[in-house]
Amino acid sequence: MMPDLGKYADTVLSAYAASLLLLVALVAFSIWRGRKVRAEMEKVEQRVSRHG
Amino acid sequence: MSIAAKANALWEYANPKKFLATTERMLPFFWVASAICLVVGLVWGFFFTPDDYKQGSTVKIIYLHVPSALMAINCWLMMLATSLVWLVRRHHVSALAARAAAPIGIVMTLIALVTGAIWGQPMWGTWWEWDPRLTSFLILFLFYLGYMALWEAIEDPDTAADLTSVLCLVGSVFALLSRYAVNFWNQGLHQGASVMRAAAVTGTDTEEKVSNIFFYPLLMCIVGFILLFIALVFYRTGTEIRARRIKALLARERVNA
Repeated sequence: MMPDLGKYADTVLSAYAASLLLLVALVAFSIWRGRKVRAEMEKVEQRVSRHG
Repeated sequence: MSIAAKANALWEYANPKKFLATTERMLPFFWVASAICLVVGLVWGFFFTPDDYKQGSTVKIIYLHVPSALMAINCWLMMLATSLVWLVRRHHVSALAARAAAPIGIVMTLIALVTGAIWGQPMWGTWWEWDPRLTSFLILFLFYLGYMALWEAIEDPDTAADLTSVLCLVGSVFALLSRYAVNFWNQGLHQGASVMRAAAVTGTDTEEKVSNIFFYPLLMCIVGFILLFIALVFYRTGTEIRARRIKALLARERVNA
């Protein structure tokens, strides 16, 4: 299944590993922060509406 | 509907509630479509394309390097457009969209620089060369860093939006330079555009261009990167809008206390 990358196997695989790692980290961090901020906003909104 | 009416309808999205409601409906499509395009494009390119006669298997790096470099430049141009909207019309959503896009742009720039260096080592015999295109890309990376740092450094969000917008205008010179540096200076190691060039696509010139065997999976990856960029900008702008609302609510709470 794995294509024969020849003498450049390390080059190609390290480029893919670094890029995919950066992309996954970007998406994961964006979603993590998005959820955190959304939860915090709901908490603050509830507190503000309770106290008028 | 006339063009003027359509343009006016566009400003409705400057309303944070309208923006959030619309983008939340569209987001599932962009997440799924970007994942499909990226998986199909990368699997196609990595597993089902041959080696290049000159570059060997390192040609497979093109599926990450070209789309990320393209998005690094276009992300800054998107930030330029939204910064101009902020400066002219003072719509907060546009300033927040620019802020939300910057981390995406810096990651794209980093991917382009890293994959370029990894490819350059065996092909050019060096990780780095002070070539016009590489250097302007490095400066673009530093502009992204400075832009993000400026947003964090200034307490008042409107002042931060003003100053970052001006920085964005200045940085646009380097965003454009990183695209056209090869044409301006006509020197250095980096080759000219062989993919996103009108004459290369239409086949009306004799310059070197990417073979169709590599071009179609590359096109799929480019579409995937564009869709991922849109999904991330929508999602992260929503986060910035909510973060701004938290600040406003807390400020109101302090005044009422």
